[in-house]
Amino acid sequence: MSRHTVAFTVNGIARRVEVEARRTLAETLRENCGLTGTHVGCEHGVCGACTVLVDDVPLRSCLIFGVQAEGASIRTVEGLAAPDGALDVLQQAFQDHHGLQCGFCTPGFLMLGTWMLERSERLNEDSLREILSSNLCRCTGYQGILDAVRAAARTLGRWDDDAGISSPA
Amino acid sequence: MKPAAFDYHAPETLDQALALLRDHGEEARILAGGQSLVPTMAFRMARPSVLVDINRIAALAYTNVEEGELRIGALARHAWFETPVTPHPVGQLLATIAHSIAHAPIRQRGTFCGSLAHADPASEWCAATLALGGTLLLARPDGRREVAAEDWFHGVFTTAIAAGEILAEVRLNLPRPGWRYGFAEFSRRAGDFALAMAVVAMRVEDGMVREARIALGGIGGRPILARDAAASLVGRPAGADTARDAAGRAAEACEPQDDIHAPAEYRRDLVRTMTRHALERAFAA
Amino acid sequence: MTWVGRSLRRFEDPALLRGEGRFTADVAIGARIVRFLRSPLACGRIVSLRPPPDMPADALFITAADLNGTATIRPMLHRFAYRPVEQAVLPADRVHFVGQAIAAIVAPTAELAEDLLEAIELEVEAETALVTMDDALRPGAALVHGIAHGNVAVEGIVQSAECDTAFVSAPHVVEIAIRSHRQNATPMEARAGCAAYDRATGRVRLTASVQMPHMLRTGIAELLGMPESDLQVIAPDVGGGFGQKMALFPEYAVLVWLARHHRGDFAWIEDRYENLIASAHSRDQAHVLRGAFADDGTLLGLEADILANVGAFSAYPTTCGVEPLMAFAEYPGPYKVPAYSARARGVLTHTCPMAPYRGVSRPVITFGLERLMDRAAKAIGIDAVAIRRRNLVDAFPHQTVTGLTLDDASYVETLDDAVALLDIPAFRARQAAARAEGRYLGLGLAVFNERTGYGTPAFAARGMGIVPGYEVVDIAMTPGGEVEVRIGASPHGQGLRTALAQIVADRLGLAPDAIRIIHGDTDRTPYGWGSFASRATVISGGACQTAADKLAVRLRAAAATVLQARAEEIVLRDGAAIASNGSSVPIAALARQVHQRSDLFEGFNLAETASYDPAGTFSNACHAVIVEVDAETGHVRIERYLVVEDAGRIINPLIADGQVRGGVAQGIANALFEEVIYAEDGNILTGTLADYTPPTAAEIPAIEIHHRETISDATLTGAKGLGEGGSIGAPAAIANAISDALAPFGIEITEIPATPPRIRALIRAAQAPR
Repeated sequence: MSRHTVAFTVNGIARRVEVEARRTLAETLRENCGLTGTHVGCEHGVCGACTVLVDDVPLRSCLIFGVQAEGASIRTVEGLAAPDGALDVLQQAFQDHHGLQCGFCTPGFLMLGTWMLERSERLNEDSLREILSSNLCRCTGYQGILDAVRAAARTLGRWDDDAGISSPA
Repeated sequence: MKPAAFDYHAPETLDQALALLRDHGEEARILAGGQSLVPTMAFRMARPSVLVDINRIAALAYTNVEEGELRIGALARHAWFETPVTPHPVGQLLATIAHSIAHAPIRQRGTFCGSLAHADPASEWCAATLALGGTLLLARPDGRREVAAEDWFHGVFTTAIAAGEILAEVRLNLPRPGWRYGFAEFSRRAGDFALAMAVVAMRVEDGMVREARIALGGIGGRPILARDAAASLVGRPAGADTARDAAGRAAEACEPQDDIHAPAEYRRDLVRTMTRHALERAFAA
Repeated sequence: MTWVGRSLRRFEDPALLRGEGRFTADVAIGARIVRFLRSPLACGRIVSLRPPPDMPADALFITAADLNGTATIRPMLHRFAYRPVEQAVLPADRVHFVGQAIAAIVAPTAELAEDLLEAIELEVEAETALVTMDDALRPGAALVHGIAHGNVAVEGIVQSAECDTAFVSAPHVVEIAIRSHRQNATPMEARAGCAAYDRATGRVRLTASVQMPHMLRTGIAELLGMPESDLQVIAPDVGGGFGQKMALFPEYAVLVWLARHHRGDFAWIEDRYENLIASAHSRDQAHVLRGAFADDGTLLGLEADILANVGAFSAYPTTCGVEPLMAFAEYPGPYKVPAYSARARGVLTHTCPMAPYRGVSRPVITFGLERLMDRAAKAIGIDAVAIRRRNLVDAFPHQTVTGLTLDDASYVETLDDAVALLDIPAFRARQAAARAEGRYLGLGLAVFNERTGYGTPAFAARGMGIVPGYEVVDIAMTPGGEVEVRIGASPHGQGLRTALAQIVADRLGLAPDAIRIIHGDTDRTPYGWGSFASRATVISGGACQTAADKLAVRLRAAAATVLQARAEEIVLRDGAAIASNGSSVPIAALARQVHQRSDLFEGFNLAETASYDPAGTFSNACHAVIVEVDAETGHVRIERYLVVEDAGRIINPLIADGQVRGGVAQGIANALFEEVIYAEDGNILTGTLADYTPPTAAEIPAIEIHHRETISDATLTGAKGLGEGGSIGAPAAIANAISDALAPFGIEITEIPATPPRIRALIRAAQAPR
């Protein structure tokens, strides 16, 4: 069982950690970097609570190993708010639209949503629902989450008003 | 749910990767996207003692069109296909299919070739490769060999790959104009493994089907070609009746499996409906 | 303008949104890791159990032998022929379900602990497992526990001669047999605990993801025979509970034992596989319901035969009687039922034990009753709305046949609202047109009531050995003028800190951000029961209101001294105490004076305690849903979902709607998606979230909510509970809608989840040549 020294940045800060090869990125962030905002919900890639951005795309951090993050630029929920704690547009939309209750799935949804708002494609009802179906939430019934990401997209000019109306499959 | 211990290697060339496979023999597994392998390792249902991570082999990260083929390198991620990788109608087929594969974050990491190597019976790419008559290119220490998609799938998670080989590329035929494609699948939840799917490829001339292939997936075992159903299309007009008849043949001929998600009879129902939908979509394309 | 009634943004949110929430696993970083060896067999005798051959020095292996002297988990009911099933913290000789914890491993990391777990040498001699209720009830079946004859752990029987008469003379007798399969509440955070030993005091601090921290402390102290005051239980941020986190689980007792005996910090973070197979399951009920009806649809009598698979043990403190006895007591629901006979049994099997789950039986009884109403309407030839309207209770208070008092509510009104919003004639036209094209649309209704906010009397009526019910609130104003409110209830995502602050703020003339709600810490809060059974806002909220009123009296008296006015003239408003002549003093300044110049305020302090223990109140709602069923695939698409909800006074509409939507989503899961599946040998086949399938954003529709606010005098604040209601109406409404859609096939849904394969099987059977 090999151990490895791995260097990457998290939220712009350089990190150097020593991990066993089998340690997932999720546990590497939590245990080795002390960044417990990333939550571990299922460890088999279904729930999405551990979603983080690696080189600007969302990944299940339970499905890659920490050692694989060598050289990567990682973003986690801790990097979203301003240094003074002020919420960013998406975080504020989650509060305004009651997009969270217990808050356990929230970091994963925020990172997924952050990517949705940064992509070159603008969002519409169909892509909103398709992408947000990636993660599980047990409290909200999803409506608050959909409303929050939609509202943030509008605020940021990332919403495509011409697209069709969404309805569940 | 923590993987068993393993040694980790991250080669930067295909040759290095092949050498690692040679050195470690049966103990070693290739880690590409890892979106199927890592969960099975978390449950310790897979416990390779060596992982050879090919994600740093930049030369494998490509899709390109050459000699009338779409060539898909081992590190082409599912998400790359969400927008058509070629203006050929196959590009649109693959884009439609890509949106049905798991979820967006999984698609960012998982690879096309990894799906073929893993050979999950419900893999969309496996059924598509079969329907499109693809060719798989295996790298091995003494060179390369090719395997036709029809010879690739041996059973659940088992393929024609031999020890020491790496699936380096999949080639999909981009035939001359006249071919049309259709895809349909059914899953319980968005992103779940499909309980049945159909991918069809056909050449239609003057409103008549001239050639056709129908691949079925998700029904257990391995993806299969519905040969009789496809043959029944040839010489018939593109239309709802033709689709219904062929779909019925596909359903009768297949031998779906029972599991907790669906009894065999139900899967047969789905094969009928998904085949019909896929055919109708191809006719309408 | 009051704070109550406003959609105040939640105080809980900013920390959670910044990733600064503190869940149990976050607190556990650095602790030694505990993993449990779990039984691979459903039933058998432990022949041998030996530690891993090469145990490292820094690892521990704990079995029943180590815990010698520890008591068994043995909750009690003094009624209903309850058999006091006992559960050892770790079993010494026998296993009773797949997943039961048998031994514990401690190692520095989770990875190493799991390596060791694999190396434990366990031999279990397999015996035949009783997995289903049919297995367990079969005459001559082996016994899961020797004390429970016939494998019945609890049985309620009420027999009414009037009911017999009604059935003999009624022109219409309608029967329905329903089945609600097994579920897992599936909080996104699985169970977790971290026990930390304080060498200075010898105390243990157990941080755990639980709903009832005080109860957990009591239970563990009793099990381990330790002074209760040597244990502090903290429920930090808790990632959902839904009932699953009410029970005292053996794993927590092992953690506290480890901390005390090995004088260190020990953490167990449950993984999803453990949670799915071995935490606590729910539902798994089969009911046969019979209704006697007059020609005009009037319900003359109701008979219920209720079976609940309660698994292998009985959850502490609520017991395995919770589900069957809830159905037993509340089957008549919102209807006028003049005569009632019922038998309810809790059946022991070799499966994961049951805990209460959001809705507790009422999703099942509503499914039964509302399907019965539709079936009766069809049999009698009257309209589905009319039969409900005829039978709904419409005069309050109403004494039910099972002895409950229904307080003011809006059963008929919510139904009428829903019917008006739906435009049923237009729907029927659309349905007919769709059928002509081979498309199947259906409309389903579910009317129900839900007992919420009930205190001691309701629990005592069950004969519980431990009777929950009251809540206590300690309130104090700091010298800086902030209000600290210490509550015994323990929220886990509901937003209680915000809602209670709104209640207190209004009573004290302060802004809610001056109110700090302190919860989830047995060292810092008064003894209380926790958050479950749609009770916290009602009961803890009522106690908060009373405590705040008592504090207000003290503040007015102090202000009277300062302002040289009479206390009766003083009002608290906008952060100030204001006398009738207009003179005023800021409340913060007043607080500082009272604390620091006690020479001026003889006998004063700014602390009060209040408690509240109401008899209970009934919320109600009508759910209405329109679905489209694909007859070829059995797929159900929800086109429209409508809730007309009456939970009395709404403290915070944003939070209330969130509770309803989340509940409906879980109800949709119950109706269409989720099922725990056991193999015949008692192995569990749904151990991943790809096999046990909670719905995603793609499956849950937008849910349209309309409120009524019937203010009854049953609660102090006028608020009724609404945490569970959403989950109660959805299975019935959806089953009715699918049945309506598939009426051309003569199909009725009586089994949930109504999965696509189940629906297809019904259609295939209906189409088969007879």
